[in-house]
Amino acid sequence: MATRNVQALAAAFCAFGIGGAAHGAERFRIGRPATEAEIAAWNIDIDRDGRKLPPGHGSVAHGRTVFEAQCASCHGSRGEGGTGERLVGGQGTLATAKPVKTVGSFWPYAPTLFDYIRRAMPMNAPQSLSDDDVYAVSGYVLHLNGLAPEDAVFDAHSLAAVRMPNRDGFVPDPRPDVKP
Amino acid sequence: MNDDGTTIPARRRFLVQGTAAAVGAVAGGARAEQAAPPGVSDWMKAPGADTGGQPYGTPSRFEAGIIRNIPKGLKQYTSASTRTPLQDLDGILTPNGLFYERHHGGIPDIDPARHRLLIHGLVERPLVLTIEDIRRFPSESHIHFLECSGNPGFEAIKGKTASDLVGLVSCAEWTGVRLATVLREAGLKPEAQWVVAEGADAAAMTRSIPIEKCLDDALLVYSQNGERLRPQQGYPLRVFLPGFEGNMSVKWLRRLNVSAEPAYSREETAKYTDLMPDGTARQFTFVMEAKSIITRPSGTQRIAPGFHEITGIAWTGRGRIRAVQVTTDGGRSWRDAALQEPVLNRALTRFRLPWTWDGQPTTIASRAIDDTGYVQPSFEDLTAVRGLKSFYHNNAVVPWRIAADGEVANGYA
Repeated sequence: MATRNVQALAAAFCAFGIGGAAHGAERFRIGRPATEAEIAAWNIDIDRDGRKLPPGHGSVAHGRTVFEAQCASCHGSRGEGGTGERLVGGQGTLATAKPVKTVGSFWPYAPTLFDYIRRAMPMNAPQSLSDDDVYAVSGYVLHLNGLAPEDAVFDAHSLAAVRMPNRDGFVPDPRPDVKP
Repeated sequence: MNDDGTTIPARRRFLVQGTAAAVGAVAGGARAEQAAPPGVSDWMKAPGADTGGQPYGTPSRFEAGIIRNIPKGLKQYTSASTRTPLQDLDGILTPNGLFYERHHGGIPDIDPARHRLLIHGLVERPLVLTIEDIRRFPSESHIHFLECSGNPGFEAIKGKTASDLVGLVSCAEWTGVRLATVLREAGLKPEAQWVVAEGADAAAMTRSIPIEKCLDDALLVYSQNGERLRPQQGYPLRVFLPGFEGNMSVKWLRRLNVSAEPAYSREETAKYTDLMPDGTARQFTFVMEAKSIITRPSGTQRIAPGFHEITGIAWTGRGRIRAVQVTTDGGRSWRDAALQEPVLNRALTRFRLPWTWDGQPTTIASRAIDDTGYVQPSFEDLTAVRGLKSFYHNNAVVPWRIAADGEVANGYA
């Protein structure tokens, strides 16, 4: 009896395709539908092409003010690093014996800079900056790296238009790559 | 203490088993023998502590030194890591309190009643799930290792102990629901290729998981070694991706965004990519390749000539450990170690090799071979291909140098 139950259960699981494709129609009817408003309130993901960047804008000049108030104590007044990581410089060093990985030298997409600053910075108060402030401080970090003029103003369109120096620097995983 | 007769058998044992006792002597055993308890020890002469005196049990006070390996003098401890004291543990399961930690925005204090998982993006039915909802799905338990991708960095190999070197690996039994089951509940659209997972920590930690892994062995986990996840391990809910680099198993999971593309988030571009000598960086380097380390004898321990069981752990993100070979002569010859059953998929495997040290200085090391035939490389072979600047995925053989006085030290240093 017990064995038969186990077999029946196993058969049910097989029919259900546990661990298999998730495109099937079988459901447990657990959970509740998420509303569009809930999704909009939770979803802060920005893609690399910037199509999901929000409305708003910020100038490099305002970014300097935000940076000095919110970022400089960890990253240094010119992004040279401190408690926080170095953000500036290093372009042309990646293939040398002393590579310096910064926003300017290594970070491949400007829109995901916005994504990271908005979701995780400043470290002591993440998600506290307005979208305008995030545009501004993203622009200021780009400016410190020589990637934006001092009078630039960034929004969804102009941030997505920035071509980062290391955009094409990433390659797929070739491992296993070491033979005995 | 010496006049009650109980130490005489101990002395006889010392005479009969001279070699073994001498080994113990170096480890402090001689002093322990002299201080051996009388036939009726103090702790037998009165009742012990009350039953239930510890509502949640802790180790003996004599084991108070077996703790996480916490780095000193960091600039900040919000985004940092602690290591498992591998050299102090037996078997393959890591006690939950000693499991390694790596956090990017500190450890959130989450009330599970107020925590939700949102599944959205390329799904037929965007869903909100409570923790109770998730526990209603069919559950599974699997024993798997978890390892930080930088364990250790290629330029951080001078640590003294096994923990200093590769303590960012631990192993536990994980219980939860297949991610595929939950995704099926939401209904994947045909163009779904990636699932972007986000944590409810102050880093809103974000990693993209390829759909193949999501539909294979990926889990949404709520329990670890039988109890609910610890806050340090993602309470009340985390992703668990067997064999993949640890940071992808996003803790404190709050959101799964099913998408056609990866997020290209900071953690899969600026971080957790592997910089090569030519200046390119490998991206989406998910799998943790085969690795092993001798945990006893290991760095900072001291041994005496005579018998020793060499033991350690091996693991591979590609499947099972097929063999572990051990050298006791600095790499001139290698012998197969015994593997302790069970040898599990993507779990730590304990290996052992009996060995008698002749007192001559030497170097011992282990290398793992997994069931794909992959052989754990030497540091020289690995860095010949990748250089020293890739930081992540250093799975090189770890040598331990044994000096004439029996002191065991890092063979790299």
